[in-house]
Amino acid sequence: MKELIELLNVFAMLSLMAVGGGTAVIPQMEHETVAVHQWVSSTQFASIYSLGQLAPGPNMSMVGIIGYHAAGAAGFFLVLFAFYFPACMLTYVVSHIWDSYRDNPWRDAVQRGLAPITIGLMLAGVYAVGKTASFNLDRPLWFNGVTLGFGLAIVLLLFWKRINPAILILACGAIGWFVLR
Amino acid sequence: MPRPIANEPSAAAAPPSIGKIFTAFALIGISSFGGGLVAYLRDVVVDREQWLSKDEFLGALEIGQTLPGLNSTNVAIIVGRKLRGPRGATAAALGLILPGVAVLIILGLLYVRFHNNPDVAAALAGVAAAAVGLLLQVTLKIGGRSFLRPKDLMFIIPTFLMVGVFHVSLAATLFLLAPIAIWLNRPESLKKKAPAPSSDPEP
Repeated sequence: MKELIELLNVFAMLSLMAVGGGTAVIPQMEHETVAVHQWVSSTQFASIYSLGQLAPGPNMSMVGIIGYHAAGAAGFFLVLFAFYFPACMLTYVVSHIWDSYRDNPWRDAVQRGLAPITIGLMLAGVYAVGKTASFNLDRPLWFNGVTLGFGLAIVLLLFWKRINPAILILACGAIGWFVLR
Repeated sequence: MPRPIANEPSAAAAPPSIGKIFTAFALIGISSFGGGLVAYLRDVVVDREQWLSKDEFLGALEIGQTLPGLNSTNVAIIVGRKLRGPRGATAAALGLILPGVAVLIILGLLYVRFHNNPDVAAALAGVAAAAVGLLLQVTLKIGGRSFLRPKDLMFIIPTFLMVGVFHVSLAATLFLLAPIAIWLNRPESLKKKAPAPSSDPEP
């Protein structure tokens, strides 16, 4: 029961802190679930996050799997609820009264002001997942070379051409199956 | 029977039924592999179903991006609400989320069962390394020229260091940095009141 309440606290808070999209909360989520509450290991967090990229729909539904690790099936559904409901509720209520603020000049200020903060948070997310998944000192150097290579190759490929990222992720998984052992 | 309700119907036509809203969003929820949900939403909401005009959709997206939460679910909530009030919003959000959740239940159970298997661990290491690349690419794409503008770097770097490296809580970081960032982007009308380099007389 205590675990469920902790899950509720952490994920409801994250829900309302997700400025500019779900990816903004990844660094804080990693810290809370790995270091503070130890619901998952950092390797598990990286794997679970990447499983989320393989499923269709919003790419943050993988939070449920973290809940499952912490508190079983109840944790799975509670975390999904805690992560989606508060922000959805807020959007519902605020979008109701939004029209009266449509021409308020502060709206633009909020949007432009938060943009660089969101980018900083996303960068912190890359670091939070990358320090385990891409460059991990517990692993041999050649292994890190391959994982860093995967990441860089994907960055370049996606800037070069519009490819469905899920295909690239599956391809790296397939190569990893043979190489990363 | 679907009955028009008075919740800001966007067109003169009767709004779609709850079931229709759910199905339309569930189709997005099940087919949108690899992210980029907003584009899928636009295709369905504006082009296929014509529930919103292009401008209305951009308006919804603007709200969805400004408010906390996932942009895609926020847009679903706004579109659902416009069509059918609270039940429409619920149907749209659940439609978008549930198919992926079903897939993740299966992936999650497989993960919990097999993640210690060396073959699976090797594949997952590849998958996770790829996910980092994907996240970095999205960050660079969204960031774009912000990474070259000192005014933006002034917030990108401290945010990264505070949250990413020093684990200052996200709430504290936002409450410290957001007011400054918003103030620096304050409306022009307010900027005039501030002491300007020009020779504006004191009010």
